[in-house]
Amino acid sequence: MFADLPILSLTIWLPIIGGMLVFASGNQAANASRWTALTVAILTFVVSLALWAGFDTSTAQMQFVERTSWIALFDIEYYLGVDGISMPLIILTTFISIFVIIAGWEVVQYRPASYMAAFLIMEGVMVGVFSALDAMLFYVFWEAMLIPMFLIIGIWGGPNRVYATIKFFLYTFFGSVFMLVALIYMYFQAGSFDILAFHDLKLGLTEQILIFVAFLLAFAVKVPMWPVHTWLPDAHVEAPTGGSVILAAIMLKIGGYGFLRFSLPITPDASQQLDWLIITMSLIAVVYIGFVALVQQDMKKLIAYSSIAHMGFVTLGFFIVFMIFAGDSASGGATLGVEGGMVQMVSHGFISAAMFLCVGVLYDRMHSRQIADYGGVANTMPLFAGLMVFFAMANAGLPGTSGFVGEFMVILASFQADFWFAFLAATTLILGAAYTLWMVKRVIFGVVANERVAALKDIGSREFFVLGSLALAVLALGLWPAPLVEVMDASIVNLLKHLAVSKL
Amino acid sequence: MQFDTSNLIPVLPEIFLLTMTSVVLVTDLFLKQEQRMISYGMVQVTLWLAVGVVLLTGQGEARVLFDGSVIRDRMGDILKISILVITSGVFLYSRDYLRDRDLFKGEYYVLGLFAVLGMLVMVSANGFLTLYLGLELLALSLYALVAFDRDSIGGSEAAMKYFVLGALASGMLLYGISMIYGATGAIEFGTVAKAVAASGMDDLVLVFGVVFVVIGIAFKFGAVPFHMWAPDVYHGAPTAVVLLISSAPKMAAFAMAMRLLVDGMGSLHGDWQGMLVILAVLSMGLGNLVAIAQANIKRMLAYSTISHVGFILLGILAGTSAGYTAAMFYSIVYALMAIGAFGIVVLLSRRGFEAENLEDYKGLHDRSPWFAAMMMLVMFSMAGVPPTVGFFAKLVVLQAVVDVDMTWLALVGVFFSIIGAFYYLRIVKLMYFDKPVDEAPLSASLDTRVALSVNGLAMLVLGMFPGGLLTLCGSAFA
Repeated sequence: MFADLPILSLTIWLPIIGGMLVFASGNQAANASRWTALTVAILTFVVSLALWAGFDTSTAQMQFVERTSWIALFDIEYYLGVDGISMPLIILTTFISIFVIIAGWEVVQYRPASYMAAFLIMEGVMVGVFSALDAMLFYVFWEAMLIPMFLIIGIWGGPNRVYATIKFFLYTFFGSVFMLVALIYMYFQAGSFDILAFHDLKLGLTEQILIFVAFLLAFAVKVPMWPVHTWLPDAHVEAPTGGSVILAAIMLKIGGYGFLRFSLPITPDASQQLDWLIITMSLIAVVYIGFVALVQQDMKKLIAYSSIAHMGFVTLGFFIVFMIFAGDSASGGATLGVEGGMVQMVSHGFISAAMFLCVGVLYDRMHSRQIADYGGVANTMPLFAGLMVFFAMANAGLPGTSGFVGEFMVILASFQADFWFAFLAATTLILGAAYTLWMVKRVIFGVVANERVAALKDIGSREFFVLGSLALAVLALGLWPAPLVEVMDASIVNLLKHLAVSKL
Repeated sequence: MQFDTSNLIPVLPEIFLLTMTSVVLVTDLFLKQEQRMISYGMVQVTLWLAVGVVLLTGQGEARVLFDGSVIRDRMGDILKISILVITSGVFLYSRDYLRDRDLFKGEYYVLGLFAVLGMLVMVSANGFLTLYLGLELLALSLYALVAFDRDSIGGSEAAMKYFVLGALASGMLLYGISMIYGATGAIEFGTVAKAVAASGMDDLVLVFGVVFVVIGIAFKFGAVPFHMWAPDVYHGAPTAVVLLISSAPKMAAFAMAMRLLVDGMGSLHGDWQGMLVILAVLSMGLGNLVAIAQANIKRMLAYSTISHVGFILLGILAGTSAGYTAAMFYSIVYALMAIGAFGIVVLLSRRGFEAENLEDYKGLHDRSPWFAAMMMLVMFSMAGVPPTVGFFAKLVVLQAVVDVDMTWLALVGVFFSIIGAFYYLRIVKLMYFDKPVDEAPLSASLDTRVALSVNGLAMLVLGMFPGGLLTLCGSAFA
């Protein structure tokens, strides 16, 4: 029913053009620009829902395809399309963006219109990353993402924001330029920048390994994987709440998405050869970063490290498949691993967004992120305390919440590969609970720590709406993940079929 | 040699420009200082009419005229139009700057137009002599322009340095040319190419000739290790002159490299390629690294120019038509970025104050959000971040290099562009994340504002739709 409308283009350009209009309207009429931004964000979400409604779950083919020539001389096309892997991430992006706009409603008093505009443009560009099927178009969106985020952290960030934002920019820029060279190389092998043509491209093992490493640099920095994660805690701590939410909920997912769209299908043999590397890095992220999170004094830093640990599950789920292939168990485990990684990405999108928003709520009132400055918040903010405890439980992977589903699937898949992988991965159930709940214990429970905590006011209806909606999403995905799994099933099964065939 | 008046039509742009320059020179003598706008207007009209003449007299296929000393082809036409348009922008941006400093004199425009004429001659040269004539006309005009603010010690020093080093480079070039002439017995590129193809690199004199010619080209480009003049000249010369030096001559230098190396010695590609690789890698490396250490924006942009030159050389050394297209696209885009950046420098300067230090850019976003955004676009474009056009310029160059199996060079290129991103980002950081130290309002006339806005937005628009310009550049080498 939506076949005639260019839904993907609308989802990309509506927020970008809306953002430019909001920016052009200037910072004087702050309220008007807030409402415009919110309208645009909601409209975009509604439009993106058409993707879900019109999605055909029975096929792994690209859907909602739009294809026209962009730069004819170099066969670069404006080529968009979604499958079961990218579609949920697009909806996640448009969904989270609404809350980011609302979360910045009152807090941001300095150039509010520019703030809203930056997030809207960011939203459109991120949707572009998920829907681009031309490698160059993908790269343009991928890099364009850096500019708004650079400004968001740099303008509205904390005291050490300049250091954090330049580190963020250079780190990610460093990662991605090597991917650019790999893409150009493949262009000459395939004769076009069509990503799907890259998938079918025959490549020798040495070529594959080099390309794989180039992709790894780009995606590992974005995910971020240990040991290239060090930009993330800095960026998170200094970013404004909305920036942290977008970073954790969506930008990290783009790295995971890159593995599924590029690394695995384009270089399956190299992925198989080097899967030990990714699995090791993932397990180190899960275990070591889990311990690092335990000792953090700063709430945002703690959640940032917990994000790295959780993203370790995603990459573990993606790359464990080769071990399962090699083993003699049924290939159902492989599907479980990749799907678990995907569910984990979506779930972490909700939970990390909610956690950062919770810290934002506290920070708006106390202007401190130090755990030591809090204590007994439950006494003064009971409603908020309830929600935060819920999200903390979800972060720790409590059954019934979405955090449990993804982790459980990945651990289950790991068992089919190697008991010790599963064992190490499962330590997160203890570590995650330890660092999250210990933080909650120190911040939320106990006696009221000081006068400032005693003076806290509970969340208003706006904040309640934001956190409540996310809580519903977390609960829904935790209790009934079937619709999400169903949507991506065909695409993932197809991807695994593709992976099982050597390109050599 | 039979003389046919129809032969004059292809060189009509140069004839027109020369005539008009002389008219401006004479008219200006009879103008009072407050009527100087008339000269300015005449110059602008001249440039745009010259664009029209190029378009009108342009024909599809290449023609060689005057016993092979001049060539009129599509590459030349596109470069000529770009040079004329860019120079028009230069004159527009620099007008208020000159007026504020009592430098608003006819000589600036006459010298500027002679420089443009020199560039057009270079672009159309089909023989060593024509090329050298154009080059010297350009160089001599620029030497004088650098010293244009004659009371400025820095300016005189820069001009002296530029002159001495420039003369040395011209000497080298001439020396190389004479050797090639000795080895091949010809000064016209077509004949030289044939002779070179026959003899190859066996001839030692020819080898020396090529080396000296490459040195001459490297000097004009400002490629490392022949870059010494660039930072000092950029630093010492009036910003209005730096606008001119940094933009259009890069396109002329590109044309010079194309004519000498490709038209003249195309069959020696394997030999000069290696030299250009060294020049390109050193330029990208040193340019980007040293730029980080600069506290003066003009010096910083000078080193940034050096690094961009490395990229242009990468395109040329690929030796394919895709490579030449890429290098040409890059040099046009670079000229646009350079006048954009220096345009902002001029905009921020005012009577008695030169916005030369990086500190002066602090908090520009608070002072003028619009022009801060324009400068940001230019900076991101120079850094090569999509969706700005600078990214596509780098992309096509890298593509050309990867295509000829020199992927390692592409890796070197992107590696140094990461380092380069840092100092462009620093400008953005100063403009957006810091508080202003200088609260003076920005004053600029309406046409400058419009032109700067067009200039800045062009980074974005060309970045979203680079196809047209790319196809145009590609058609020159089809």
